[in-house]
Amino acid sequence: MIGTLGSLLPAPLVAAVGQVGEGFFHERSSDTLPCQAQPGHLFCFDWAREHIDRFEKPALQQLELVVLSVLLGFVVAFALALIAHRKHWLRPPLLAVTGVLYTIPSIAFFFLLLPLTGFGRDTAIIVLAAYTLQIIYRNTMVGLAKVPASVKDAARGMGLTDRQILWRVEIPLATPEIIAGLRIATVSTVAIATLAVFIQAGGLGTQIYGSGNLTFPTVVIIAGAIGMLMAFAFDLMLLGVQRLTTPWRRAVVT
Amino acid sequence: MPEARAADDTRSQPSASSVRYDGVSKRYGDSATVAVDDLTLEVPAGDICVLVGPSGCGKTTAMRMVNRTVEMTEGDILIGERSVRDREPAQLRREIGYVIQQIGLFPHRTITQNIGAVPQLLGWKKERIRARSAELLELIGLDPELGDRYPTQLSGGQQQRVGVARALAADPLVMLMDEPFGAIDPINRERLQNEFLRLQAQVRKTVLFVTHDIDEAIKMGDRIAVMREHGRVEQYATPAELLMAPATEFVEDFVGADRALKRLALMRVADINLWEAPLAYVGQATGEVRAKLARPDVEVPYALLVDSERRPLGWLSARDLTGDTVPARADSPLGPVLDRDDIMRDALADLLQGEAQYAPVTDHEGRIDGVLSVEIISEFLASPEAKSDEHSAVERPHSGENLA
Repeated sequence: MIGTLGSLLPAPLVAAVGQVGEGFFHERSSDTLPCQAQPGHLFCFDWAREHIDRFEKPALQQLELVVLSVLLGFVVAFALALIAHRKHWLRPPLLAVTGVLYTIPSIAFFFLLLPLTGFGRDTAIIVLAAYTLQIIYRNTMVGLAKVPASVKDAARGMGLTDRQILWRVEIPLATPEIIAGLRIATVSTVAIATLAVFIQAGGLGTQIYGSGNLTFPTVVIIAGAIGMLMAFAFDLMLLGVQRLTTPWRRAVVT
Repeated sequence: MPEARAADDTRSQPSASSVRYDGVSKRYGDSATVAVDDLTLEVPAGDICVLVGPSGCGKTTAMRMVNRTVEMTEGDILIGERSVRDREPAQLRREIGYVIQQIGLFPHRTITQNIGAVPQLLGWKKERIRARSAELLELIGLDPELGDRYPTQLSGGQQQRVGVARALAADPLVMLMDEPFGAIDPINRERLQNEFLRLQAQVRKTVLFVTHDIDEAIKMGDRIAVMREHGRVEQYATPAELLMAPATEFVEDFVGADRALKRLALMRVADINLWEAPLAYVGQATGEVRAKLARPDVEVPYALLVDSERRPLGWLSARDLTGDTVPARADSPLGPVLDRDDIMRDALADLLQGEAQYAPVTDHEGRIDGVLSVEIISEFLASPEAKSDEHSAVERPHSGENLA
């Protein structure tokens, strides 16, 4: 999984960062002192060019964390939403539970799980997935609630079974809201995943918080930029999916 | 009635079934709330039966129990010979067309896909669905190009036409229509009503049609069930019977004080005894015409100028008849000319609008048939003869091409 994803996305991202840096900071790199040694130097291109490789593995890890946790979160939240859609009495408690999960401070959440699942990727994915539940669950519920009663009535009257109404009518019509939820969840997960470093799950956080890098901004900037690009790419991709799956929303009213 | 129609039905197989309510009740909760109480009603195959009544009278509930979107608590409903209770609800519904006021087209499906929804559920082949959709688009008079559009791209009237087409797609035995034209503006509503009647003349479905509008009921129904609370049927009759002999005070009130006028909507000009106008042919000797006018039993005091084919040209004044022969042109304009098949209500409107007391009535070739006057209509409305059903046996919607 890591291999296939890695070969698809992060390499161009990393390269893109390198290209942006080149033109911008070329002048400073000609100083006699290596810029790493100059305090207060914002961005050191020489260093960046030499060390860009070291971001590849953290970026891949980050990507893996985001993809797996959003997928897990989506499966769980979507399933919860479908259950709550049928059993109305489950709605308040589910909203409360996912809401409480969402309010736990992230680092605390990581450490709370340590005794149960230990250090590493799995713990990170569980925590990150838990954070996506609230948004995906709530957006799915909103999307399902927005399906007009008349459309459901007509569907039922025409002889669609409850299951057919759900999968052929309600879910397709709720798709815009569901994907909107996924977009928010994914973007915020990219950000929170940088904290996974504290439970030794890797990711871009290793470059930001790891080994005293905070005193050397170049590393933080590159890691941050990769994170931003990653979030942006995910958002754009999901927007594309949304548009492809809902052609009727773009139909021009004449 | 259905037997008589079957004779000129060109379809090879029966495509409509009778619907029979047999002591049907619907109670909610601990039988405290009774929506429909012991309803018994039979709708012959191929008829439009309108359930009409004030809101909350249970008419929609009564209709919805047919396709089991509301489950009855007692009694039985038979479609043809089969009880709906024995059927799996989803399967049953696929054989019953369903049209609702809010239309409920699938916003995420194209018009073609919407129309093909039930055939798709029934497992028809793609080609057949596509052909059927195209056929129905044509039947409801929509441009085939609209087939690839989404519902939001259509007007309300067009959407409801698609709603009707979708209900007809799998050639259902029965159609349920719940205030189908209620949300459409008055002008388009009338057009849609006429179109549906024309459509019905071709497809001849058994239709249960719910409305709270008595005028719509009279226009659309072969039979009308006037309901009051708990689905109690106050009267179940043809529109003419309902207007002429309301069974109860409730029906009388519901039908309204203007029911005499409403009766005219059920009649055609040909159904009434017209007056005979003294005819004057171009070139005829005026003496003959004057003699006709002088007869004591003359019904119309003016001579009607006609050509050699007996097509009316105008009304002759006394001055026109002073010469030796009848002139080729009349002094007074012809005014409104009516067709034998005009609806009486429209004919009266034409008379009033044209400020005419008399109007010539012509047949399909435009030849004079007689003269209709305001007096004939008012006498008809006042006469006991009007109370007899026989006289106004207007062809109901099945010959609806002239209702438009």
